[in-house]
Amino acid sequence: MRTMTVWCADWPVVAALADRDLPGHLPAAVFAANIVRACNGAARDFGVRRGMRRRDAQARCPELVILDEVPERDVRSFERVLAALEELRPGVAPLRPGLAALKSPGRFYGGEPEAGAVIAECLVGLGVRDVRIGVADELFTSEQAARCAGVQESFVVPPGESGAFLRTLPVDVLDEPEAVSLLKRLGLPGLGDLARLPAVDVEARFGARVAWVHRVLHGGGARPLSTRTPPPELVCEVDFEPALDSAEAVCFSARQTAERFVAQLAARQLVCTEVLLVVEADGAVASERRWLHPRWFTATDLIDRLHWQLVGSLRVGDIRSAITRVRMVPETVVPEGDHADGLWGGTDARVERGIARVQGLLGQEAVVAPVLQGGRSPADRQALVPWGERATALRPRGLPWPGSIPPPAPARVFPAPWAADVLDAAGRPLAVLPRGALSGDPARFKPGGAETWQPVAAWAGPWPVDEQWWEGGRVLVRFQMVGVDGRAWLVTFDGSGWVTEAAYD
Amino acid sequence: MFEHRGVTAALHPTEPQADPRTEIDRLRERMRRMEDGLARPELDALPGLSQVIRLRVGGSYQVDSASLALALMAGPSRGGAWCAAVGLSDFGAEAAAELGVVLERTILVPEPGEAWLEATAALVDVASLVLVRPPARVPEAVAAKLSARLRKRSAVLVSIGPWPRAEASVSLAEPRWTGAGRGEGHLRSRRVVLEVRRGSAPPRRTALWFPEPDGSLAPASSRWSEGEAVPSRWSSRERVETREVG
Repeated sequence: MRTMTVWCADWPVVAALADRDLPGHLPAAVFAANIVRACNGAARDFGVRRGMRRRDAQARCPELVILDEVPERDVRSFERVLAALEELRPGVAPLRPGLAALKSPGRFYGGEPEAGAVIAECLVGLGVRDVRIGVADELFTSEQAARCAGVQESFVVPPGESGAFLRTLPVDVLDEPEAVSLLKRLGLPGLGDLARLPAVDVEARFGARVAWVHRVLHGGGARPLSTRTPPPELVCEVDFEPALDSAEAVCFSARQTAERFVAQLAARQLVCTEVLLVVEADGAVASERRWLHPRWFTATDLIDRLHWQLVGSLRVGDIRSAITRVRMVPETVVPEGDHADGLWGGTDARVERGIARVQGLLGQEAVVAPVLQGGRSPADRQALVPWGERATALRPRGLPWPGSIPPPAPARVFPAPWAADVLDAAGRPLAVLPRGALSGDPARFKPGGAETWQPVAAWAGPWPVDEQWWEGGRVLVRFQMVGVDGRAWLVTFDGSGWVTEAAYD
Repeated sequence: MFEHRGVTAALHPTEPQADPRTEIDRLRERMRRMEDGLARPELDALPGLSQVIRLRVGGSYQVDSASLALALMAGPSRGGAWCAAVGLSDFGAEAAAELGVVLERTILVPEPGEAWLEATAALVDVASLVLVRPPARVPEAVAAKLSARLRKRSAVLVSIGPWPRAEASVSLAEPRWTGAGRGEGHLRSRRVVLEVRRGSAPPRRTALWFPEPDGSLAPASSRWSEGEAVPSRWSSRERVETREVG
């Protein structure tokens, strides 16, 4: 079976540069643990090689763009290459990011070199410039042929000549460091030398993969490709003709699309928990926002999010012309069994509707859900998440958080601390000295706001906290103060003055 | 609605007949209880708070302390009801969670601005208890309208601050914190007296530990024992021990 291999050279670098919107001609390298994992041609011209240390690479090429290794990104961005190949020829087997094999299209495009040219043209259209194509009788040879091809060219090994072609190559193409090293030490530098060894000895000495290459060298070893099933198209979009310029009209027209979006996911027993809404105006992307749902999106939720996004963008001025298209991209889908309602209970649809009404009245951000997180000050230990969004980047509560105030927690936590005053027995403003000692005992204090001066009945502290001193953070010293009226406050000295952060009301 | 015991008594005429006059009195008593009591069920209350005040659905209540409001909210919230808070920009989520409020079923509208009344009315539809801090004086007519809505939706309104025609007004008096001294220790527990006023009747006073050192609420002995009254001042420290962390 004739096999065609499409090789997008230096794919990790290409994908990372595209991800950061950088031009492809810059010298760049992808690093993992400060070792070069992949570099592009421009970097190779400076002498950067795989396996080089970061400081050596930067010494040879100071303007080298440093990129982090993100395997998911490589796989994700290779997806569109696979989709483009599937458009041209179904039955594509992804080998790894940057490398894919397919059954050679034969005479459909007029011949194998012509088919390679069509594919190369298609991929260059996607922005992948360094694409090389190899065609041979089976997978291993076609991959080696692709590596011998020039940029945007095909290298065709005629039928039955795989063995002759491979015998000219060095053993390094085996991609098995131990076997390659051993073969070289045995004085067998080329695949031709390997081919002269008896098959049984190769299997016993070098393992299964080298044995397979040995069979290929003798004209066998053909394997069927494990082609993938193309993933279903879950993105939904709706075009407006004529273009619409009000949020309400867009939401009304997008309702059916939202229902289709949810229904086609439901047909696959999936629900969407994260969606990307893209609004295009005049053919250009005008507004793009990612929405998280605490449970999953229904059609009504999607329309709500679209409305909020449109109202916000129209107010800020991101959308200046009439809207021509709305696209809904499912970013995260999960099996619906993960989110199934219990037989009794679950979030009340009635509650969600009531909250949506308040959100319509005051704006989406006005309704919040309180969540707890870790931290030292009472304000740090809680977070208010807009209703309908998921809390992200919360500090873990399980850590010890030295310097935090022991329970009970204050019932009132002021969003902006009140300016306070604390005096010692002589009537001078109290201060905390740099070593943490107090300049006197607190005698009278005024918590701020509408509160009045009152004597201190009892106090506890200090709880000094020196957070982020490497970034010029200040030392905060917290005290619990109880007035003679019996009420307690959390009063903090912030280096220059006193503030009231919370009240034990 | 029907009292089970009363129904069975009516079905079994063989039981000894009571004096007709006491029977009429008993029935009148039942009628009265059905009118203002049984027709309006009570919300769940925290164990320590239930003998002080119980919230009846459809009523509005007035309190003067944030922690008291959170404690009133904790009862229904623990029982599975949704609760909301309007205008509390200084909501202490951790204190609420310590008292037993289930934050997953809590809706906050911290800054409702001018539309606080509309937001409150909309949340009354979905939550069993709505906590509100009115930014200005509330007109009687507005309170009456909201009260009708509360009765219709079987919800309770708790206002931190004055509320016209509140069914009861609970205030937290004579707070005494224990645990803090002259720099040593930390706040541990508080003894308070809750004063419940209904109409023009004299206030009913109950002493409570609010909270106890373990965070719960418990009745306190009515007489204030001097030993625990005054925050401990016996150990005055010359120097304050510091704990530097970062």
